Amino acid sequence: MNPTLHPVLAFLQTWWVELVCGVVIIAVVPLVAGYLTLMERKLMADMQARLGPMRVGPHGLLQPIADAVKLLIKEDIIPDNADKMIFWLAPVTSMTAALTAMGGIAFGPSFLVARDINVGLLFVLGVSSMGLLGIMLGGWASNSHYSIMGALRSTAQLVSYETAGGLALISGLLLAGTLKIRAIVDAQSNDGVWFVFLAPVAFFIYLVASIAETNRAPFDLPEAESELVAGYMTEFSGFRWALYFLGEYTNMIVVGAVATTLFLGGWLRPFPNVHWMNWLDAVPALFTAAVGVYCVLRAGKQPVRVQIWFMWGVALTCFAVAVVLGLPLLVAQLKFMMPGLNGAFWFLLKISAYIYLFMWLRFTLPRYRFDQLMHLGWYILIPLAIVNVLAVGVATILELEYGWNRWLALVVTTVFTLAAALFLLRVNDKRAAEASSAAPPEQPSPEDSYAG
Amino acid sequence: MLDKVIFFFFAGVAILSAALMVTRRNAMHSAVFLITSLLAVAGIFLQLRAEFIFIAQIIVYVGGIMVLFIFVIMLVNLDVALHQLKFSRQKWVALLVTLALAAEVGVMLWSSRGVPGQGFLLPNAVPVGQLPPNTEALAGRLFDAYLLPFEIVSVLLLVAMVGAVVMAKKRT
Repeated sequence: MNPTLHPVLAFLQTWWVELVCGVVIIAVVPLVAGYLTLMERKLMADMQARLGPMRVGPHGLLQPIADAVKLLIKEDIIPDNADKMIFWLAPVTSMTAALTAMGGIAFGPSFLVARDINVGLLFVLGVSSMGLLGIMLGGWASNSHYSIMGALRSTAQLVSYETAGGLALISGLLLAGTLKIRAIVDAQSNDGVWFVFLAPVAFFIYLVASIAETNRAPFDLPEAESELVAGYMTEFSGFRWALYFLGEYTNMIVVGAVATTLFLGGWLRPFPNVHWMNWLDAVPALFTAAVGVYCVLRAGKQPVRVQIWFMWGVALTCFAVAVVLGLPLLVAQLKFMMPGLNGAFWFLLKISAYIYLFMWLRFTLPRYRFDQLMHLGWYILIPLAIVNVLAVGVATILELEYGWNRWLALVVTTVFTLAAALFLLRVNDKRAAEASSAAPPEQPSPEDSYAG
Repeated sequence: MLDKVIFFFFAGVAILSAALMVTRRNAMHSAVFLITSLLAVAGIFLQLRAEFIFIAQIIVYVGGIMVLFIFVIMLVNLDVALHQLKFSRQKWVALLVTLALAAEVGVMLWSSRGVPGQGFLLPNAVPVGQLPPNTEALAGRLFDAYLLPFEIVSVLLLVAMVGAVVMAKKRT
């Protein structure tokens, strides 16, 4: 055999799982992100009593494909005064960071994308925070006022909220005692409780911080269209713009996966250790079957024949998935597949719920002002997160060293944290009242120099 | 074989982008090359199975320090900065210092040739399976053997941070 071929083959033999996973991430995640945009538009339409996209495909189901084709064949404009190299590099950085972060996530006990690396959760956090560089570089390279304003805002916002979010994650990690993704979920399985119940304050802080980190409403200041056109992406068009967009939606999946892994029990079903709840194992199969039945019932009411066929297609897919999910329950030889398949189902369900919450908030809440955003981050969330880390640490020591009941210790510390939160709010109110009575209201406060 | 390829790839990228970082006139390009260099070094850390140092390098340097660097560069008017002659007065001093450093490193490598564990020769590698878990090992050393120095450094950093905040706050 050719001697140069040998190491290549050895390499492939060792790493083929990771390579296949990488290809799957690059191939599937953009598609999922595209369909997230459709889901978002449909949900928005539903909440605003409209229909949303309906033209392309049955119920607009092919809209993301049409959008992608449109973005691909759109003219790719690079402004004359832009810094060409960085303009080219920036969207790629954003997208690469988000997709690489996906590599650290496990979608169930048997769907570990990367090997269970020692620093699992930190890897996801660290790599996904590199997406910020793409935003900054893009805003700077466009050589436009709106872009640079958006980029500056984005930087200030992400740096502030990453601090709060990171501290909130530390609270959760103190409970888990490890950074490995699989070990974190195992810790929740051993304790028989999701960490969201043990550290509700930390989960809440992470929720708020993760919305800000993904630049979504009500914290979408970097791309506030009424003030900054489109913020850092103003000068980007065509597929470069699509790369930013995909990066943003992939980041949503990433933060959803992090929150699910650390706080919502990962791929565990609800009540993982309660035996009389074992019927919950049948829920994935029954759920998908129910969706299929619904599609069959609705198929007759579709106006066009294509749509009827499509509904039947969706129904058959659902039934096939239901059979795959249900067979391990019925056939004893296939029992070993059950944790993996059901785990993936629960994990995806939890991520979907998290992202649904993101979208729901976007349609419900008005956008923050920039100084309000900074105020919330630095005066409330970060002090609260620090107090919470201390409280959870004390609770862990009380449990390990003094044999307190874990629940008692955590209830005490959570109450303590909430009291601290109330105190912070009062202090801030007082400060705001003093500031408004002291300063004339027309003067813009000197703190919000990045406000639009 | 593959290890060597990966190592020389990362090392080459690190050195090349470090050189480009110094020679670019545009501060933003310099920053981008510095990021590339830091990432390549992180890759070498990962190859040495030091996962925690790898991710700390990315979080602290790329995600923290470089973000602040770029933040400052964005606020500076680069057109003015580009036309200013920078750092050229120290050219000869810099050359001298660089040569002295290079000579020092060269002498060190030359004198330690043939001694295992020093210079060009690598120590015998521990098999990958027998390595202690990286994060735990580091935490054990920091919070057990070196707790006092660690705490002192923490306090020092805290003092520096508070000092920076106090200095940045405008006088009223």
